[in-house]
Amino acid sequence: MSMEQTDAAHAEPDYMKIFWWLLAFTIFEVGIIYAHIPHLILIVALILTALIKALLVAINFMHLRFERWTLIAVTILPLLLIVDLLLGLMPDIGHVPF
Amino acid sequence: MDHVIAAHGPVESTEVMGTVRGKVGMWLFLASDAITFGALLAAYGAMRIGSPDWPVPGQILDIPLTAFNTFVLICSSLTMVKALSAIRRGDLKGLQKFLLLTALGGVMFLSIQAYEWTHLIGHDGLRLRNNLFCATFFSLTGFHGAHVFSGVVYLLVIYFRSRKGDFTASNYTRVEVAGLYWHFVDLVWILVFTFVYLI
Repeated sequence: MSMEQTDAAHAEPDYMKIFWWLLAFTIFEVGIIYAHIPHLILIVALILTALIKALLVAINFMHLRFERWTLIAVTILPLLLIVDLLLGLMPDIGHVPF
Repeated sequence: MDHVIAAHGPVESTEVMGTVRGKVGMWLFLASDAITFGALLAAYGAMRIGSPDWPVPGQILDIPLTAFNTFVLICSSLTMVKALSAIRRGDLKGLQKFLLLTALGGVMFLSIQAYEWTHLIGHDGLRLRNNLFCATFFSLTGFHGAHVFSGVVYLLVIYFRSRKGDFTASNYTRVEVAGLYWHFVDLVWILVFTFVYLI
């Protein structure tokens, strides 16, 4: 693969479409906290929406979809470390308010 | 490959992992920064879950105002990709216009955050040392705010370099790298907004 192919110059996502999705998800997030739904469902919905928004930014605005796997691995590694940190903290959390 | 070297110059064109070196360097920096933010968010989550009397953020923080601030940052991400698109087409004026709009978005975000902090500290009496909620809230939003401030300075440096004619349709790696940083700041805020303000 040539450098031109690894560079995102050859293609561009529909940025406006991504923007509208991000805006819609943000409105959904703010709206849902005022809705009377079970707390656990609310938290799961909020976390999923935030992760989708973060992925939309990383894949489209940061052009991760056009990058090589080695570079994508660089971005995945810290996520694994954060999950490991969270799992490591779990035994110290005595109270789960759900 | 030769024409790429000619376009980017000998420093920018060097490849690492099949990608332009500057981009790899920024991605590595962002990966390390993500670990820092991840550690802060993990600590926030652990303390919150472990604390039975954690306050409801919506009763203390101004959610609509911060939602608007999130909107501002998303808009600034859009203007950043528009800046990159412009220089890819060789539109230097477009690059400069969108870089300034992006920096303006950053300044707006910081102004609203400064207003929020002033209100919380001056009116509500919140302090970093008050409780775990205050400590984690000010640490996370402050650390992110420092990143936004750095980003605004970074964008302005790129803007002034563009005024000197440093970027062309075939030489824009530094604009792209600056964009990576700016989008990362946006991405982190998406998570901070959800975890600290909404949940």
